[in-house]
Amino acid sequence: MIPSDYLSVALLIAGAIFFLAGTLGLLRFPDVYTRLHALTKADNVGLGLIVMGLVVQAESWAAVGKLLLIWVLVLLAGASVAHLVARGALQRGIRLWKR
Amino acid sequence: MLQWALDALLGLGLLWLAWCALMSPNLLKAIVLFVAFGLLMALAWVRLDAPDIALAEAAIGAGLTGALLLAALARLRFAYADEETVGSPAQEEAKVRFPQWLPAVPLLLVVAGLGYVVLSLPPYATGLSTEVTANLESSGVSNPVTAVLLNFRGYDTLLELVVLLVALLGVWSLDGLALGRETAPGPVLDTLSRFLTPVFILVAAYLLWVGAHAPGGAFQAGSVLGAAGVLLLLAGWRFRAGLTELPLRLVLVAGPGAFVIVALVTMLMEGQLLEYSPEQASILILFLETTATFSIGATLAALFFGGRPQDDKEHT
Repeated sequence: MIPSDYLSVALLIAGAIFFLAGTLGLLRFPDVYTRLHALTKADNVGLGLIVMGLVVQAESWAAVGKLLLIWVLVLLAGASVAHLVARGALQRGIRLWKR
Repeated sequence: MLQWALDALLGLGLLWLAWCALMSPNLLKAIVLFVAFGLLMALAWVRLDAPDIALAEAAIGAGLTGALLLAALARLRFAYADEETVGSPAQEEAKVRFPQWLPAVPLLLVVAGLGYVVLSLPPYATGLSTEVTANLESSGVSNPVTAVLLNFRGYDTLLELVVLLVALLGVWSLDGLALGRETAPGPVLDTLSRFLTPVFILVAAYLLWVGAHAPGGAFQAGSVLGAAGVLLLLAGWRFRAGLTELPLRLVLVAGPGAFVIVALVTMLMEGQLLEYSPEQASILILFLETTATFSIGATLAALFFGGRPQDDKEHT
């Protein structure tokens, strides 16, 4: 393995940890708002780390551009959909979770 | 070993998701599970080295079919919201007349037929891939999938486009509920749709162009355009008055129409349906794919819209 491979592995594993944490939060958090928090925050960072891990391996600048575009689009869609889901939940009168 | 484990996980996951989607009493949950099934199915196609089908499965199978099912569910809820006749005598009677096991009979026949066909296939077959590779030079494109879809078996694609059009005609003639006037979409959805629409168009053009030498093509590009239409419809955009009649219909039939014209011309010139001369094949395929992309996109968006689009003045 060359040094860039180690960097890739480290980034991919870090990304996977974020995905794992996000999934755990989605399954374990008490209400829709806290679940959204876990999902969007963790998945955006997790996907970013995985994209970075793949960018290190990319063969051309065009591939780097496409990978980054995927991340930006997912960031945009994720944030917007999280907002829409939360707004829909508020409009239906789902209360915020309180201990 | 690791690859084998991944494939086994994928296969078992597919079966499990399919079972959950079928058995879920909650329709919304069933649709979400169906979309998850489609995404996993796309991964399975990637593992089978079929990226073209993976793209189509993710875009049409999971994305647009999911959107269509959700739209249908929303209309069901709207239609039955103020009816208290769920257990009416007519419905009870219908239940008695059609026992629940009845649909299982044709289903089992289909399963038996498919099983027979699969078991009677030769264990190893090269198929037609060597012939496709041998004739790829004269097809006008370098992606074998596009060569088969648009050149060697162009009439299949022609008939697929016609099927899509007939589906829309069916929806229109049912005269169901069209997507109503939504409440204000809110600034986020509005901005998102405005920002993403050019990106959708760019991606569709890219997929259309790249189809000549890599996975992509009219159906993938058309479904991206259709997705743009769905997003715009959700954000409150409606057909402008005057565009719903002739212009919309022209776009809808452009793809199949261009195909039929090219088929007739090639029959007159070359004596064979959809047989292009190698010099013109490339430009003809690009022409057919471009018109098909517009038609597929418009048809999918119109299917999502539901009922026949009408001018606003007829409502008010």
